Amino acid sequence: MSDYKIEIKNLYKIFGPDDKNMVELVANGLGKQDLLDKHQHVLGLRDVNIGISASSINVIMGLSGSGKSTLIRHINRLIEPTVGEINVDGENVLAMDQDKIRDFRRFGASMVFQNFGLMPHRTVLENAMYGLNIQGVVSSEGEKRAQHWLDRVGLSGFEDRFPAQLSGGMQQRVGLARALATDADILLMDEAFSALDPLIRADMQAILLDLQDELHKTIVFITHDLDEALRIGDDIAILRDGELIQKGTPQKIVLKPANDYVADFTKDVNRARVLTLDTLSHEAGSKKGLPLESNLPIEEAMQKMVESKFNLVTVMKNNKAVGQVSLDDMVAAIAKPKPTDSGSTTTYR
Amino acid sequence: MSFFDKFPAMERTDLRDLKKGIDSSFKEFSRSWGESIEAFFDPLFYFLVNFEKLLLGTPWPLIIGIVAGLSYLGSRSWKLSVGAAVSFLLIGYLGMWNNTMSTVALISVATFICIALGIPIGVAMSKSDRLQAMITPVLDIMQTIPIFVYLLPVVMLLGIGKVPGLIAVCVYAMPPIVRLTNLGLRLVDKEILEAADAFGSNYQQRLFKVQLPLALPNIFAGVNQTIMMALAMVVIASMIGVKGLGVPVLQSIQNQYLALGMMNGLAIVALAIIFDRVSQQYGKRLQRHREGGSDV
Repeated sequence: MSDYKIEIKNLYKIFGPDDKNMVELVANGLGKQDLLDKHQHVLGLRDVNIGISASSINVIMGLSGSGKSTLIRHINRLIEPTVGEINVDGENVLAMDQDKIRDFRRFGASMVFQNFGLMPHRTVLENAMYGLNIQGVVSSEGEKRAQHWLDRVGLSGFEDRFPAQLSGGMQQRVGLARALATDADILLMDEAFSALDPLIRADMQAILLDLQDELHKTIVFITHDLDEALRIGDDIAILRDGELIQKGTPQKIVLKPANDYVADFTKDVNRARVLTLDTLSHEAGSKKGLPLESNLPIEEAMQKMVESKFNLVTVMKNNKAVGQVSLDDMVAAIAKPKPTDSGSTTTYR
Repeated sequence: MSFFDKFPAMERTDLRDLKKGIDSSFKEFSRSWGESIEAFFDPLFYFLVNFEKLLLGTPWPLIIGIVAGLSYLGSRSWKLSVGAAVSFLLIGYLGMWNNTMSTVALISVATFICIALGIPIGVAMSKSDRLQAMITPVLDIMQTIPIFVYLLPVVMLLGIGKVPGLIAVCVYAMPPIVRLTNLGLRLVDKEILEAADAFGSNYQQRLFKVQLPLALPNIFAGVNQTIMMALAMVVIASMIGVKGLGVPVLQSIQNQYLALGMMNGLAIVALAIIFDRVSQQYGKRLQRHREGGSDV
């Protein structure tokens, strides 16, 4: 058994009538364009291996066509794989029969969609109840549970409206309530906030983080927006042309991009907001600094330093000093990396 | 050059033999199977006869009350309900009550049969492209083949009377409900269906909780069309012995009774309008989520 809640192993997806026979060609290095030109098959995913830890928000990021939406649909098998394995709690989803996969979708993993996927003929309450109806929960109990989650996402009083009467942000709250109501451990979010305008999107991210603090679900979150990925992700995986390029914490993605592609992605990021004190922390000297928590972004740390006129921070973890960071360290870390002409990536520390 | 001047048709004697062969084998078939086929349709016959008897046996004020009540239940409109009652009073006053009851019975039973058969066929068609490719030409034939051409074998098999008339009406009136059920189900938003799947819906849950409700506007358009086409067949059905408003229309064509034809024709129109408006309003009311518009 692995430590991961969801473990994706050697997953290939090729779209076309003869997909199984194309796997070997692709495994031997045939590119996406060549596969299309020479064999008229479309490469969806190539040898993807990702481990997804329980109780954390795992972001899968990529531009359109990178295969991210295809990948998330393999987890609850809305798309059939060409070859590969996806183990959830040690059981291979891709080998389940129809009844088992249906049960897994009912109780194991719920989903939130980019365009909400609400049912226009059902009221807000009935939509939030949909998963419970399918589970066979009696309607009085289902109503109570759906109502609870509608209250949690801030939709009290809208139960009897129809989705068409709500704004986009509110509709996606219904989508979120519907997914949470089933009590599934796994929450699959496919570009869930991408269709919303920036302010509403930030709101929804805050709601999600709030709920996650309490619920500790295993969330797989697809996005094309790096800021969103860095804000909510405990862990980020970057996909390109169906291949996994890099996986790691937000700090690691920003500090040590695996290649130019990732570096290019991250170059406009507000580094002060992403990097936390512990990423810069080094051996404590004798000097006393301003004691601050290790997971504080340096943006906020600098603000506090200015207010209290310190130029050194003592990094605290569980009320113990674990290191220190100077103002100079912070400035150096925030400074944009020089464009490298050799192709190698700049590293800090 | 005679090849180009004269079409290389089949020999006249061969052709005659072919036609004769088909005719006699159908006659043979009809002789040996006609009775069992008739027996097969017996329940339909009794259903239709008893429903007609029921309508004719019910006191007229009660019928008018029921018509007005149903119109109101369907449309929630007093105007339509009063209009329906007045039309029926006028029909009765002008001496067309019994024929109208016969026609209403025929149309109701025909519509019921068309819905009961048509919707499941449409559902099956929406599931399979191959089935759709097979059934679509059959529907095309049902709608375009001259009515008398298929009336002939039906009459040869079952004689003249109510059941062949009912079958003729159903053949003509069923295609719209099948087509529009199929279309409606196919037009349901793929993303909503994906959501239904993602929550683990099985086939029945997906069909009854999501697909059919969302296809209702189209299905209702189909029901409406079916009723209208059934009414259009009333006069032709009367040619093979179906009682109703078609009989006097037929008489008036043969004898040039202008007033008789007009009155009965207008009675058919009145029925059509009442059926149409009530079923449309009812369909609309089922779609109240569509009125929506953002009021937040």
